[in-house]
Amino acid sequence: MTFLVVLLVLVLIVAFVMIGLYNSLVRLRQRVRNAWSQIDVQLKRRYDLIPNLVETVKGYAAHEKETLERVVQARNAAIAATGVAAQAGAENALAGALRQLFALSERYPDLKANQNFLALQEELSSTENRIAFARQHYNDVVATYNTTRLSFPANLFATALGFGPEEFFEIEVAAERAVPEVKF
Amino acid sequence: MAESFHELIDANRRNSILLVIGFVILAAVTVYAFAVAVAGDLESGLPVMALGAVAAILFAIWGVYGGGSAVLAMSGAKEIEKADDPTLWNVVEELSIASGLPMPKVYTIDDTAMNAFATGRDPAHASIAITKGLREKLSRDELQGVLAHELSHIRNLDIRFAMLLAVLVGFLVLVCDLFRRTAFRGRVGRKRSSGSGGGPIVLVVIVLALVLSIVAPLLARLIQLAASRQREYLADASAVELTRNPLGLAGALQKISGDTEVLEAANRATQHLYIVNPIHPFEKRASGLLSTHPPIEDRIARLHALAGDARA
Repeated sequence: MTFLVVLLVLVLIVAFVMIGLYNSLVRLRQRVRNAWSQIDVQLKRRYDLIPNLVETVKGYAAHEKETLERVVQARNAAIAATGVAAQAGAENALAGALRQLFALSERYPDLKANQNFLALQEELSSTENRIAFARQHYNDVVATYNTTRLSFPANLFATALGFGPEEFFEIEVAAERAVPEVKF
Repeated sequence: MAESFHELIDANRRNSILLVIGFVILAAVTVYAFAVAVAGDLESGLPVMALGAVAAILFAIWGVYGGGSAVLAMSGAKEIEKADDPTLWNVVEELSIASGLPMPKVYTIDDTAMNAFATGRDPAHASIAITKGLREKLSRDELQGVLAHELSHIRNLDIRFAMLLAVLVGFLVLVCDLFRRTAFRGRVGRKRSSGSGGGPIVLVVIVLALVLSIVAPLLARLIQLAASRQREYLADASAVELTRNPLGLAGALQKISGDTEVLEAANRATQHLYIVNPIHPFEKRASGLLSTHPPIEDRIARLHALAGDARA
């Protein structure tokens, strides 16, 4: 009788620990998904800002058509890109084109003094930070999730219950540096 | 690199827990001694202690729920919208993305002194306030460092911890005052002398109660200050974890340390909330037991050490 009670208590304890771990794995995986979608939100924010920027610059530097077109093309290519590698490449091209556009604005004092342009410059430089921070946060969350699923005792059942490893967002150092330097 | 952040954070958590345990023991012993001294026998100590605990919990709940808006009102802080200062707003929003927290409310204080603080009860009900003086003198990187420090106070729940400690210390001071007044009116030990007796132990407790009524508020204040200093180091470390740029915050602290102005809106009740002590910004005694913040040179040195780690 005593033995049965002890056994029952043990089984209950194990069950509670399992339920707790399972729930925290679900919660962490949800955070990983959420963090990933945050990156997309910020990328979209950049796409949305670009047409406005191009219109503003056009008013002051219409004959810089080539640079402006490159930005528009890079934006459209980035929106259309599918797959992680292609997307990363397109985003880098876009960042490069934007950097060129801002370098060009140095030659147009009227443009640099335009309130609308200054506001867009602030929004774009903030968006670069947001994208970088969203990726950083994604990696932080993935690290927490992966550590939890690999720690004992979660490692005994995580894979069997469908909690596979999540991948880090990695970007080559050179590419990361290619983010446009926007002064303010 | 990540190692050193987490070591710092863990060490700070342990210290904070020890400090809170120390505070609870101090408060419990004090209230018990007072009860015994007033009632004149050892048995009546425990129910009064329980009553004291209930009262302290009620005080704490009041502080945690109402404290934040009280502090903001006391400091003359005004809530801003994005249009008022897009860069400030953007920096806060960027950092809330980095930390995965909801965006806190942003306030500015119309004062030329250089300071900032965070308050609220949890990340979903938090506010960050910055003086116009600090806002205007910092570069974007430095502003990011300061706001990351404040956001770290929110993320580490320091805002609640600080409010809780402030209210509890206030409560203990109140109880001690009350006891001293009672004692001076000659009520202490009266029951005992009228007969029933309690022996020499009760006498010892009465003496202890009198000593504690003077010493306990000071000790509680020291505990609060030690906790506050620990939390500053922790917030500096987690700010770097967010921005990955120790030099931004170090540069801001450098600029703030050159500021000689006293923030008029700050007082003793709110001083521990700010990024640097607003009342004694540059006194060297800031390194002593009686300060709310660690010495600024030491904080800058630690940040430069983290920058060294990051480069290695």
